[in-house]
Amino acid sequence: MSEAGLAGHNASPEAAYLELASVVKRFGVFTALAGVSLAVERGSLVTFLGPSGCGKTTLLRIIAGLETQDEGRLVQAGRDISRLPANKRDYGIVFQSYALFPNLTIFDNVAYGLVNRRAERDRIKARVAELLKLVGLPDAGAKYPGQLSGGQQQRIALARALATSPGLLLLDEPLSALDALERVRLRGEIRALQRRLGVTTIMVTHDQEEALSMADRVVVMNAGRIEQAGTPQEIYRQPASAFVADFVGKVNVISAIAEGVGHFRVGALVLDCGAEQQRVESGTKVKLYLRPEDVVIDGAAEGNVNATRGEVQKVEFLGAFCMLTMKLADAPEQPLVVNVSRHSLDEMRIAEGTSLRVGLPPDCLRLLN
Amino acid sequence: MASIPATVTAPASARPAADSEARLAQALLLAACAFLVAFLLAPLLLILIKSVQDKGGAFVGLAQFREYLQSPALIDSAINTVLVALAVTLITVPLAFAFAYALTRSAMPWKGLFRLIALTPILAPSMLAAISFIQWFGNQGALKGLMFGHSVYGPIGIIISAVYAIFPHALMIVLTALLLADGRLYEAATSLRTSTLRKFFTITLPAARYGLVSAAMVVFSYTVSDFGIPKVIGGNFHVLAIDIYQQVIGQQNFNRGAVVGLVLLLPVVLAFVVDWRMQGQQHAHFSSRAVPYVPKRAPAFDTAMFAYCTVVCIMMLAVLGMAVYTSFIKLWPYDLSFSLRHYVFGLIDGGVIESYFNSLKLGFLTALFGTLLIFGTAYLIEKTRGMGGVRALMRLLAAIPMAVPGMVLGLGYIFFFNAPANPLHFLYGTMTILVLSTIIHYYTSSHLTAVTALKSLDNEFEAVSASLKVPFYKTFARVTVPVCLPAILDIARYLFINSMVTLSAVIFLYSPDTKLASVAIVNLDEAGEIGPAAAMATLIVATSTLVCLAYALLTRVLLRRTQAWRG
Repeated sequence: MSEAGLAGHNASPEAAYLELASVVKRFGVFTALAGVSLAVERGSLVTFLGPSGCGKTTLLRIIAGLETQDEGRLVQAGRDISRLPANKRDYGIVFQSYALFPNLTIFDNVAYGLVNRRAERDRIKARVAELLKLVGLPDAGAKYPGQLSGGQQQRIALARALATSPGLLLLDEPLSALDALERVRLRGEIRALQRRLGVTTIMVTHDQEEALSMADRVVVMNAGRIEQAGTPQEIYRQPASAFVADFVGKVNVISAIAEGVGHFRVGALVLDCGAEQQRVESGTKVKLYLRPEDVVIDGAAEGNVNATRGEVQKVEFLGAFCMLTMKLADAPEQPLVVNVSRHSLDEMRIAEGTSLRVGLPPDCLRLLN
Repeated sequence: MASIPATVTAPASARPAADSEARLAQALLLAACAFLVAFLLAPLLLILIKSVQDKGGAFVGLAQFREYLQSPALIDSAINTVLVALAVTLITVPLAFAFAYALTRSAMPWKGLFRLIALTPILAPSMLAAISFIQWFGNQGALKGLMFGHSVYGPIGIIISAVYAIFPHALMIVLTALLLADGRLYEAATSLRTSTLRKFFTITLPAARYGLVSAAMVVFSYTVSDFGIPKVIGGNFHVLAIDIYQQVIGQQNFNRGAVVGLVLLLPVVLAFVVDWRMQGQQHAHFSSRAVPYVPKRAPAFDTAMFAYCTVVCIMMLAVLGMAVYTSFIKLWPYDLSFSLRHYVFGLIDGGVIESYFNSLKLGFLTALFGTLLIFGTAYLIEKTRGMGGVRALMRLLAAIPMAVPGMVLGLGYIFFFNAPANPLHFLYGTMTILVLSTIIHYYTSSHLTAVTALKSLDNEFEAVSASLKVPFYKTFARVTVPVCLPAILDIARYLFINSMVTLSAVIFLYSPDTKLASVAIVNLDEAGEIGPAAAMATLIVATSTLVCLAYALLTRVLLRRTQAWRG
């Protein structure tokens, strides 16, 4: 009964909370967004990931009504917001710079949007206290923003944005002004809070780790277009384009020439790429992509169809793992980067000059355009 | 989400909602733009128009200019003006640089006091210097012998008076440039065993060169535009500012006045453009992470700098002191006994004191409305959205007053507001027009102060407010104004002090009812009443000093209350 009632309330429960259709934005001759379409599910956290200038912030500002798109439609909760000014839309926003009002106390900052709605005094007080508790700073009310650390200020900015219970939370690089430790901590807190409140959230970031670790869906953008939208796993494991493979995580780019069905020649080496990538005509120059951690070495390369030998040229110690740069005997022109754990390094006594058996798993080699 | 009551239920509507707030902001922006067009652009354009018309209003092309070029007296004035301005620039800038260098690069004592004394000329009308130098070096001057037979009336008097009056302006610009020095550069140079002299030429001078150019242009423009000094001490030596006055007031030849005005405008605009272009290149040279330079003790150097600053300050005090002294003695140089007669008989009994009260009124009105208008406009330009073209036009308009000599502005006002067809004609001869012209005259500096303060605010305050459904004017009142209060008070003080001393724009615009103190000084001096003229100048200095003290007190109290968050 109650479920039926709920379904009746939301005209179509499957419909996305926020829908963008062919959004175009130009600044003079520069096209910042070249027709972006996207659906954001209710209650999910979506990150816009991309290099600076890719249009991710512009897209967020268009959703917020801070910029106006030249073409395209935006629908939020079934309402066409395409031409609504910012103050008529339903969202809370947190900026990289916090943008807390420096001359107002933390209490007044959080209450800023509530006071304007003429809510009762006691209700405002209770609400601010609730929010401050929510972000883990229950006693900060009387302080000024300048007396708080960057991370604390960002929590207050979050509380202020959530105070009016917006249907949509927008985060514009909220963590990039913080130091590394605080960033990781706040990352977890924001995600936990977002899950608890179930508020639909869009976060802009240029930090892939942040995007992958926090998001339900990652939208990778480049040059005003969406390159790929998918779960973090999909983005990392099945990058849809060379740009995505290169931008998210590290990747070996292997220049090869197609040779028969699913086979590619690299120097004297012929790589088997499994069955799915057979369309390429023989003789075509292609690029193959392979994650450094997907390369198998030594015993693990036994029985690999793409096994060969290589010599370790450089060992870079990166803490949790080591990055080897290898020269393949069959393809000396094509350096290969391989990640191995510290333990493997010790066990196999790998050093510069060590010769190793390496295998390139066919199902991990990807041919991208 | 359950624990959080949803207070937001925006009505769903398929049609674009009207954004009354954005419309209000844009209407205000347009109103501000209309104000600048009416009170700045239109008067200036009319000068251009009048310069190609004859007295009857018929188009005569460049005939007026041809006539002008055939008049040797006017050509001489133009040459005189430029030569005097060059001389003042060549003297003032090195003096100010050495002074600023002493303040920033030596470890001498009393820096605060030296700085304070060096800035005192700002409080005085420029005529004060001229009066004082007449008393020192004039026909009956205390140190007449030092003139070796030359007369102080003429270029010499104009030059030394102008140097005194403009010194603090040049000092502040050069001081700012030298304060920007990056201590790390000096440390790097020291570690490379660079000599002091080489450091000066490779680090100090290059870093300060934009400031030096800027100071030179300000000094040059000021001297070219100033009317009070040549009026009082110029004698028969003619400069352009005097020519305009004579054409307009003496001969009622407004069109010829317009031509001279344009000739006067030329060097000032040139200086302005040079400065503008230099400033444009500057930004790349300074990093925001510069470490301030801390001077180390160097006994010989510090002593030399101390001696230099002492001499400069004594001379400055001597100028100010002589004017004050003149106002309190019976009759120079015959009866030097103390007397208040110049104040009582010269100012109060003669009714001249009315002009002092008019100046006070002008000062307060200009400070009040000017600050509101200039800060409000800067806010609209910098912080609201839409209408990019209007914004760009307004930025340009806001920069123009710096390049317009007061006399040219005043003349434009005559043309524009004295035209019977102008609906704003009713303003002519009122205090209102004096207030408006003074606001416009000192617009640029105030505008830049406001913009600098506004730019230091987070860009996203307005966006956050919009997301919280708080109208922009509420955030303006609750956040922008309180945070910018120091800059706002600074603008108010600047406008007040300048209103007290301004002469060049208002000389054409005052009516018998709105005569100002600075105008009274000129009239008194013309009538040979140098004692009362000095008394009036002293009153102005005293008033401005009081206002500065009140400002200091007010900012301290106000800031403690409203800027608690800064601590």
